[in-house]
Amino acid sequence: MTDTVLSDSKQIMTGAQSLVASLEAVGVEVIFGIPGGAILPAYDPLFDSKVRHILVRHEQGAAHAAEGYAVATGRVGVCMATSGPGATNLVTGLADAYMDSVPIVAITGQVNSASIGTDAFQEADIRGITFPITKHNFLVTDPAGIPAAIAAAFEIAGTGRPGPVLVDISKDALSAMTEFQWTGEVDLPGYRPTVRPHTRQVQQAAKMIAEAERPVLVIGGGVSKADGGAELAALVAQTGIPVVTTLMARGMFPDSHPLNMGMPGMHGTVAAVGALQRCDLFIAIGMRFDDRVTGQLSSFAPDAKVIHCDIDPAEIGKNREADLPIVGDAKLMMAQLSKELENETLKDLGPWTAFLASLKDRYRTDPGDPSDDYLLPQEVIKRIGELSGPDTIFATGVGQHQMWAAHFLPHEQPHKWLTSGGAGTMGYCVPAAMGAKVGKPDAVVWGIDGDGCFQMTNQELVTCALNDIPIKIAIINNESLGMVRQWQTLFYGGRHSNTDLHSWRLPDFVKLAEAMGCVGLRAETPAEVDMVIKQALEINDKPVVIDFVVHKDAMVWPMVAAGTSNSDIMIAKDLAPAWDEEEL
Amino acid sequence: MSAFHTLSVLVQNQPGVLARISGLFARRGFNIESLAVGPTENHELSRVTLVLEVESDAVLEQITKQLNKLVEVIRILEFDPGEAVRRELILVKVRADGRNRSQVLEIAEMFRGRVVDVAPDSVVVEATGGYGKIQALLMLLEPYGIRELVQSGSVALGRGTRAITDRSRYDKTPKSERV
Repeated sequence: MTDTVLSDSKQIMTGAQSLVASLEAVGVEVIFGIPGGAILPAYDPLFDSKVRHILVRHEQGAAHAAEGYAVATGRVGVCMATSGPGATNLVTGLADAYMDSVPIVAITGQVNSASIGTDAFQEADIRGITFPITKHNFLVTDPAGIPAAIAAAFEIAGTGRPGPVLVDISKDALSAMTEFQWTGEVDLPGYRPTVRPHTRQVQQAAKMIAEAERPVLVIGGGVSKADGGAELAALVAQTGIPVVTTLMARGMFPDSHPLNMGMPGMHGTVAAVGALQRCDLFIAIGMRFDDRVTGQLSSFAPDAKVIHCDIDPAEIGKNREADLPIVGDAKLMMAQLSKELENETLKDLGPWTAFLASLKDRYRTDPGDPSDDYLLPQEVIKRIGELSGPDTIFATGVGQHQMWAAHFLPHEQPHKWLTSGGAGTMGYCVPAAMGAKVGKPDAVVWGIDGDGCFQMTNQELVTCALNDIPIKIAIINNESLGMVRQWQTLFYGGRHSNTDLHSWRLPDFVKLAEAMGCVGLRAETPAEVDMVIKQALEINDKPVVIDFVVHKDAMVWPMVAAGTSNSDIMIAKDLAPAWDEEEL
Repeated sequence: MSAFHTLSVLVQNQPGVLARISGLFARRGFNIESLAVGPTENHELSRVTLVLEVESDAVLEQITKQLNKLVEVIRILEFDPGEAVRRELILVKVRADGRNRSQVLEIAEMFRGRVVDVAPDSVVVEATGGYGKIQALLMLLEPYGIRELVQSGSVALGRGTRAITDRSRYDKTPKSERV
């Protein structure tokens, strides 16, 4: 905080200066954005501010970069855009942050308040547009209201169930003179997230756990948001209950731990899916029974009683009825639960964990069929993980490469895994990796991207090259929209309608990378894989792009087809696990 | 089994609140039977009365929880039939000329309605009441010919001393006198 800000006295300044002073006061260190007409007044004081502004190439990149920054650092990410198209370009990133509960604040310029509603140049009702995809939003037309709106936006974005908040400020409010005084106080009578779980509910949970023979801890993104890794590790060490980590919670519990069954859901492991289908107690913490996890709801975890802990009460009972609801912060809940469990004696979980260990051992995630002739995408991703060291941060796009990255990267530490789960936003990878690298400049940041995803937002590599943000992007180039192609192969009789991207021909990713100021590398045979990865790891002064030309027919297995039961999981085409052999 | 439920929602009186509420119902696929909104005893607050037809208690619970997540929503009460007074207002233009005007007036009177406009061949009746009473009145007026009908959403207030603002920052009762 600057001295100006600490001062109690009111100061006369413009609304724009008041905005920048407020952002400084709330502790913002970086903003991703693009100026334009309506937000122009804000960019003038920003020029002199200690807040770093990174000029991106597309506003969607600004929003995803703010997300990447937020996930990697645990702080609120910030993006800025002008009115109209600038603001609407943020929409995909806001929707993504809303679905995955990522704390970001978007600041947009709006046309002069007298012109609002007249279809003025570059006018869009961005507040109305973003009602359903923000946790909250504001339209500020009075310059005196700017500090309070900024304080409230950061409070709402970062507390309770985190999420995106948009602050739309009219140009006249930015230009007018106002009195600035920072109190940091937030007046939100209708906003009171329940953080501390109810003791009696947690005691009840401990009792249910003590009675269970086949309990499983199902860990979701909420545990990551609550930074509950240590509490989770303690709880597992204390109880020996097996763990399943959803896509959003990868890394919250180490994959190398024998009790980690991996990821559940449509492309989950047999062990994770088996654990959910056979458990008698489903302990859901910070997860929301997403349809990609549950498949057909009516046959999901059929024998289980459900303890559901979430900081958002609306998630409890939304998709699956909870036998025991607990509203509260996941970290606090697990700590409290550990304490309550000291008074309980658990049943012998030996047969249950042995059953799951056997599933885990026999049904490993399909690594593909190796060949000297082509690159296996699974193998490429695995080698990147193995060669990059334990502190590496990974971002992904959406599709096959994302699922392989979820399975084959080493997920050992919290907050190292950035992916678009709920929204499934292709194009998330490059800007999110950029944001993560800005927040964690000393970490190695890899983006594992698809050739389809990469072509949606790769322009941010120019931003990276110009602003000393040396990320590494691995394009898993299967020349197609791979996941859609997989569905066409499986469910549309192999008719590959409009999924061939011809990326072997165009664009030339190596040349494209070079044109954007990056180092461009390519690997086409297994022998080249380690070489280019090592080469990329040695380059720290420029972004690197590697074009891994991989086998286009590789598929993601296991798979639970959409709308079917998790019990019908397939480990390969027409191949189901031999459940009948499993006696428990 | 579907049933009608009345929710009383206390909100901050700020622009866009109604759009947020109606938008929430639209996008989550909840149906609104009627909606009434207006100022309250406190100029900072508005009160929305929602009548909803829902299939199950789980749906009602989900609606309440989602509404509660809106930052401007201060408090939500669900009224059981016995514990609240409910009223809706209608203005109804009925065909009535010299031959049958007195009959129409008689019906209106039975329901404690008032005639607020008279023309040679029509009258406008104003009436308030609960859902059942209003429906009964309309049923009796129907044979004369209803030319026009406007109807407010239902408003509701809990019976007894307690108020929706109790124990909130908007509670004006001295602490010593609170129930």
